[in-house]
Amino acid sequence: MLTGKVWKYGDHVNTDLIIPGRYLDNYDANHLAAHAMEDIDPSFASLVKCGDIIVAGRNFGCGSSREQAPLALKASGVGAVVATSVARIFYRNCINVGLPIIICDIADDLSTGDTIEIDLSVGEIYINGTGKLISFDPLPDFLLDILERGGLIAHMRTQISL
Amino acid sequence: MTFSQKVLSRASGKDVVTGDIVQAKVDLAMSHENSTMVLSSFRDIGAEKIWDPSKVVLLFDHRVPANTIKTAEAHREIRLYAKESRLPNFYDLGEGICHQVLPEKGHVRPGMLIVGSDSHTTTYGALGAFSTGIGATEMAAVWATGEIWMRVPETLRIHVRGKLKPHVRSKDIILKIIGELGADGADYRCVEFTGNTVDSMSISSRMVLSNMSIEMGAKAGICFPDGTTDRWLTDRIQGWDNVETDFGQNSTPDEEEKFDISTLVPQVACPHQVDNVCNVTNVEGIRIDQAVLGSCTNGRLEDLEAAEALLRGRMVHRDVRFIVVPASREIYIEASRRGILASLASSGAVIVNPGCGPCLGGHQGILAAGERCISTTNRNFRGRMGSPSAEVFLASPDTVAASAILGKITDPRKV
Ligand code: SF4
Repeated sequence: MLTGKVWKYGDHVNTDLIIPGRYLDNYDANHLAAHAMEDIDPSFASLVKCGDIIVAGRNFGCGSSREQAPLALKASGVGAVVATSVARIFYRNCINVGLPIIICDIADDLSTGDTIEIDLSVGEIYINGTGKLISFDPLPDFLLDILERGGLIAHMRTQISL
Repeated sequence: MTFSQKVLSRASGKDVVTGDIVQAKVDLAMSHENSTMVLSSFRDIGAEKIWDPSKVVLLFDHRVPANTIKTAEAHREIRLYAKESRLPNFYDLGEGICHQVLPEKGHVRPGMLIVGSDSHTTTYGALGAFSTGIGATEMAAVWATGEIWMRVPETLRIHVRGKLKPHVRSKDIILKIIGELGADGADYRCVEFTGNTVDSMSISSRMVLSNMSIEMGAKAGICFPDGTTDRWLTDRIQGWDNVETDFGQNSTPDEEEKFDISTLVPQVACPHQVDNVCNVTNVEGIRIDQAVLGSCTNGRLEDLEAAEALLRGRMVHRDVRFIVVPASREIYIEASRRGILASLASSGAVIVNPGCGPCLGGHQGILAAGERCISTTNRNFRGRMGSPSAEVFLASPDTVAASAILGKITDPRKV
């Protein structure tokens, strides 16, 4: 179960907004975290807390294949991303770096600062306060497996050692 | 079978239907500067050898020559790795942008399954390859196993009909399509571009369509191979012989959109989204500080030619920096041989070395706060080309050149 405070954004939040190209010559997690969401929300990097959840509208993560985008969010403490729809490379990158990503149309029910609980394997989001329960299609088992191991690297390691 | 079903059936070794999740064998894997990230994940996985070095292409294009010490060190690491591992397909800085160099060097063939750690890997669809972008860690897994999971996508066929008016190009067509369908209009689907407009296009013009399919969320964006493709490949692949002719052209797509472009006028994507598209006439007169001609979208010979034809005998406006970036060394040499570069330079253009140039805001032409740029590149996201308060407009080579002359967004038909 993931529980966290919501940071809410709109549609088409692209990878340049999540981590601008000018910071990509350094892959250090702290460096990426320090600039996460900088061009869309300059307060994000300094205020985000471990376990917070990003909630957004359509086409989250569109644009570049840069894996630094989900890495920057993960490094800054984000525990999950929930969006109405997600660009495909970003979706894959999230799983591969071990950042839970959920497709669910929930943004209209939430504001920044709300608290939600997510059950990844059942496919449910519970909104604290209103008590509303919203279901989503859980990830296929093989992707949940990768997430549970913390990402593709850890997953591959177990595969190779088999 | 649709194009996607055909390619993914072959690559996975069984007959697939749309929606299946398959484990597919990759025919070609490309990485650029982010090879450093790929290599680091590859080592973390504990893999020892690349599954098939002949199927991996590495190349530097994003920050060439190195712009910072960090970049220089990253380049050095990959350069050494390529040497030690005797990778047969390593291109150091100076060859140009991956999406131009790979087709030019004959790495791309119709019907291939190609992955690249770059979102515009869709470009190779112009030669009939199923080609898509993935992240660095996933690329590391491909290096280790040569395989990747894929969902067999739905097909969106985009039928384009009509003859283009002068100074209207494939860039205008794709901007129009993205404007109509939206930045997620093709999400997760394979786009097939068909129709007599596409049939009569050069490979360079088709690459513009395939390249920008990702800007509407497509997994792949293809043009069916034909005589034009054949001739292009014959020049680049020794002994090229087209054996396959059925790529699923006659299959029924899940959805079809039709565009008649015979009355299309030049298009402009306004800040800060690629689908924020209008006719050039709606934004004429907006002052610009910089104009950029280049990128994996429009840095090819026909693009340089179009700009040069408009600029010949004229000067770039004194308040504008006009930056020209040939997409590859081959294009650079040919443009230079034909006098195009000399002519552009005489008009006041700044010609930089082949590569990504200012496209991603890391190098060679970064925008200051509040500045405005018109560019032939493919993304106008906030902060993409420098300051988050700068603005980027996307347009064709003709519109960019016309705007560079007058110092404001200009309809190329009026210059
Ligand atoms: S030219 Fe621009 S869009 Fe193309 S690969 Fe380079 S940075 Fe990416």
